[in-house]
Amino acid sequence: MFNQPRQTVIRLIIFVAFSVLIIRLIFLQLVSSNYDSLALDNAVNKKIIFPDRGIIFDRNGKSILENTLAYDLMILPTQLKGLDTAGICRILKINLVQFKERVISSIIKNGRYRPSVFEASLSVESFVKLQENIFRFEPGFFLQERPIRSYPYKAAAHVLGYVGEVDSNILKRTNYFYQLGDYMGLSGLERYYEPVLMGQRGVRYQIKDNKNRIVGAYEKGKFDSTAIAGRNLRTYIDIDLQVMAERLLKNKLGAIVAIEPQTGGILALASGPTYDPNQLTGNLRRANFSWLLRDTSRPLFNRAIKGQYPPGSTIKPVGALIALDEGVIGPNFGISCSGAYYGCRRAISCEHSNPGHASNLRQALANSCNSYFSHIYRLAIDNPAERNTVNGYLRWKRYMNSFGMGVKLGVDLPSEDKGFIPDTSFYNKLYNRSWSSCTNVFLGIGQGEMQATPLQMANLMCVIANKGYYYTPHFVRSIDNALVTDTILNVYKARHDVTKIPDSMYNLVQLGMQDVVERGTAVGARIAGIALAGKTGTAENYGIIYGKREKLANHSWFVCFAPRENPKIAVAVVVENAGFGSTWAGPIASLIVERYLKDSLSQERWKEVERIEGKEILLPIIKTKRNTLDSLRNERLKKSQLNLRVEISTPSIPINKKKKIILAFHLNAIKPNYEEKFI
Amino acid sequence: MKKNSFEISSGIDWVLVGVYVALVLIGITSIFATTYRDENIMAGFFSLKTDYSKQSLFFLISAVLAVLILLTDSKFFTATANIFYFFGIILLILVFPFHTDVKGTKSIIRFSTFQLQPAELCKIFVNLALAKYLSSVDLNFAKFKSQFIAMAIVLVPAILTILQNETGLALVYFAFFLVMYREGLPSAILTISFSIALLVVLTLLIDQNILAIILSSVAVLLIIVIRKQIKKNKSLLFAIITIWAVCVGIQKYAVPYFFNHVLKPYQVQRIYATVGKDFQVDLKKLTAEDIKKMEGKKKAGNYNVKQSQIAIGAGGFFGKGLLKGTQTRYDFVPEQRTDFIFCTIGEGFGFMGSLVLLALYLFMVFRIISMAERQRSLFSRAYAYGVASVLLFHIFINIGMTIGIVPVIGIPLPLMSYGGTALITFTVLIFILIRLDADRQMILR
Repeated sequence: MFNQPRQTVIRLIIFVAFSVLIIRLIFLQLVSSNYDSLALDNAVNKKIIFPDRGIIFDRNGKSILENTLAYDLMILPTQLKGLDTAGICRILKINLVQFKERVISSIIKNGRYRPSVFEASLSVESFVKLQENIFRFEPGFFLQERPIRSYPYKAAAHVLGYVGEVDSNILKRTNYFYQLGDYMGLSGLERYYEPVLMGQRGVRYQIKDNKNRIVGAYEKGKFDSTAIAGRNLRTYIDIDLQVMAERLLKNKLGAIVAIEPQTGGILALASGPTYDPNQLTGNLRRANFSWLLRDTSRPLFNRAIKGQYPPGSTIKPVGALIALDEGVIGPNFGISCSGAYYGCRRAISCEHSNPGHASNLRQALANSCNSYFSHIYRLAIDNPAERNTVNGYLRWKRYMNSFGMGVKLGVDLPSEDKGFIPDTSFYNKLYNRSWSSCTNVFLGIGQGEMQATPLQMANLMCVIANKGYYYTPHFVRSIDNALVTDTILNVYKARHDVTKIPDSMYNLVQLGMQDVVERGTAVGARIAGIALAGKTGTAENYGIIYGKREKLANHSWFVCFAPRENPKIAVAVVVENAGFGSTWAGPIASLIVERYLKDSLSQERWKEVERIEGKEILLPIIKTKRNTLDSLRNERLKKSQLNLRVEISTPSIPINKKKKIILAFHLNAIKPNYEEKFI
Repeated sequence: MKKNSFEISSGIDWVLVGVYVALVLIGITSIFATTYRDENIMAGFFSLKTDYSKQSLFFLISAVLAVLILLTDSKFFTATANIFYFFGIILLILVFPFHTDVKGTKSIIRFSTFQLQPAELCKIFVNLALAKYLSSVDLNFAKFKSQFIAMAIVLVPAILTILQNETGLALVYFAFFLVMYREGLPSAILTISFSIALLVVLTLLIDQNILAIILSSVAVLLIIVIRKQIKKNKSLLFAIITIWAVCVGIQKYAVPYFFNHVLKPYQVQRIYATVGKDFQVDLKKLTAEDIKKMEGKKKAGNYNVKQSQIAIGAGGFFGKGLLKGTQTRYDFVPEQRTDFIFCTIGEGFGFMGSLVLLALYLFMVFRIISMAERQRSLFSRAYAYGVASVLLFHIFINIGMTIGIVPVIGIPLPLMSYGGTALITFTVLIFILIRLDADRQMILR
């Protein structure tokens, strides 16, 4: 190189310098491909247009779930300089520290140059004040409207579920189908029918400049897509029945399920205690949710599909059907019971001791004789045709499963539970392989390890009412503008046949159940002019209180269907720790049936509704725990009100009160009075 | 050879003039593309309020100046070179008491609406003075004294410019080393400075200790390979060990010392940012002002380079077309009209456009070298090499900065960036060369 003419060396240096530039350009412009999307991301604002979610109607076309508008206060952190932040604080009733915290969190969330939600779903009061004064806070703050859910009947919270903002887990699970800030159904029908209800998001692409200001439409809207509204659901729910069911469960723990036997359509499904679904829509959603979550009585827990109770005597009609079908008893089979069953080592007591109360099947059903059903359970298990106990038990379990016991039914709500019918392996493990029909004789009277959900029990009534078949219980009858691709409802059109038990046996059991109401254990449930067939249940149960297993007050059960000849409704009611089936569950079920079949109630019967509604049945422990929580809450509330008072006493800006804005605003946006709502 | 000296068009290198005009027009188009905002184009060009109309006006002024230069006798430039040089130095010194604060620089003097940046103009004077000195009859460039004087001519204005917070402009003066090399500066100096530059870059890229190990192993390997020669000549071993010691000393002690004690922390940070590394500053040693400056510069520097790379990268092969670039149209790249004007070409016309532009520049620089080599007088040749070197330095640093291979140094892209002083400076530089070239048969001293 030293011997080269110097001009050549210089030319070489120049050439190398230009080559370096070109190589780097090749890499930038030809090799790496993500710069284009980075530039687009920089300059094109993708504005998502949220479609209205579908509306849910009851069987009579009344909307039980609607959309209204809520307003979010948005913040653009870069534009905050010189704004009257104190004014914003006064309107929102927050202090400067909270204000700063929120600003910082929004910067962390979306950065300085992108708007974030400063306060979601403004209260009516704040919105009205902000609407008039927003010009003073622009462009750092602005209002953005957003459709939210509202529930005109304030009912069916457990059925309808709620919507909420998606979190990172959901984002991952749905493979980023949703985006941050999207709302989706998180429980209930909202969740189950999310694809139908959500509709299709629209996208509008807008050009923005370096300061994030919108300059115009990108490529004249070539890539834009319009939002398609979600489709409506038509359900079987009778909203008036639903509201009454929820009233009847007020101040009680329990569940009511009413099903139309011919279709499997659920007429009402209530779980007590419940809550006003409007509480979970507005800006107080988070606060309300955490209180509901902490409540000892677990109002967010849907007892109708997730509550697992020993069914008690309500299982007896099934026991009768199994024994009849296996041929181990005949319709006239009877025993003499003197107040207890002595067939096994431990005596099983019976409520009745008068002679002849179990002289045949109908009698035994009407009087709910424990001895009788323990006996026929053992006969079924020890059926000589099956040779041994295990086979006999397995056969019995198959019967139960086909009746929908111990299996998930597949209702159109998420997270249904399946109850419990033990497997033989369960007993093998528990009793070291040596067990007999005596070991689990309690199953015959719906106790022992057996557990069932109220939905399963209502479904069981459908089977007996239909004499041998059921349709999977479900809420939705049809989807508006249904497409061929909507296969979601197909599973509910399939009929499930429960073994081949002859109609005559069903007739016998049905008559027995009618006797229960007419002259048996549930005469209190009788309805004039309606042939009601039912069965009471008084289920023993245990709970763990302060670490000790204790026997709690019995659960009150009642299952029924009516009219017996041509059943239109099947009902299951359970009231936790309420004692005899005939005391609370029976009257409740009878009111539900009457209301549905007669479409109205007499004056007297309404009084009965009020009486039941006014009765509080709660375990003492729940009450005390609740009271401690409430006092804590009140104290906190008082403290925050004190803070607010200090805030408000600072000189406030004059607000033009003459201008009134009328808005379709739902009531819940006003802060609920906690004392009133929760106690 | 006799020639009609009154006919100014004779002997002029029209090819260079053509390339010059083409580049200025591309520049005006690019400024138009970044600043045009849907106004009436004709009105925009004549309003003198828009940047592209102002740049057009500067072009007109430059054209008038160019004609004036072409009308001047070539001897004028040799005769006045030293006077102009001292005039330039005085201007640079005058800046200190009379400067106006514009965007943190102390290099601008303002007369009513007219701004003057002597550091920019001085490039012409230094080039002339250096050419004059290198072409003196009694010069023996092999002597250290001559080398020292030549370097002083270049470094005095450079140091004055650094004192005005214009490090970028000062760096340009180092381009003149190429001229000295051409005129006889020992090539060892060039080799050594290149090696040191390479070593500094490697120091930035590779961990200190690992680099030391690499250097040592290279030295050991070299000794093993040429051990037979070493046996004959012991001084060879001594030389290798000395070079090794100097290299390790530079990379392990000199560079860190220079970064920590000589350069400002924000400058170090910028240098590190270019190679994609984070520089941990010892915050205890900094004044509050330093920290503030550092934060601001760090953010701005990173943001500019990132956005400009996105813009150029988004151009792809054919580009998005004039006025279609989302990055350059909506002000994402700061200083787009001036230092980052290349982004507009990169985004609007893609790789093809960039290649054409680079080819034009390369052609221009090579053309100037060819012109230099056909001069009879040493003065013209040295001057021409000066022009080529300054152009090369500006082009490489400016474009390199926009594509992220050179730290952010605020110097304009010749003939294209928005700004009157820069355009006029380059016009004068080039047209003096064209004038000298027209008289290439003359002997100028």
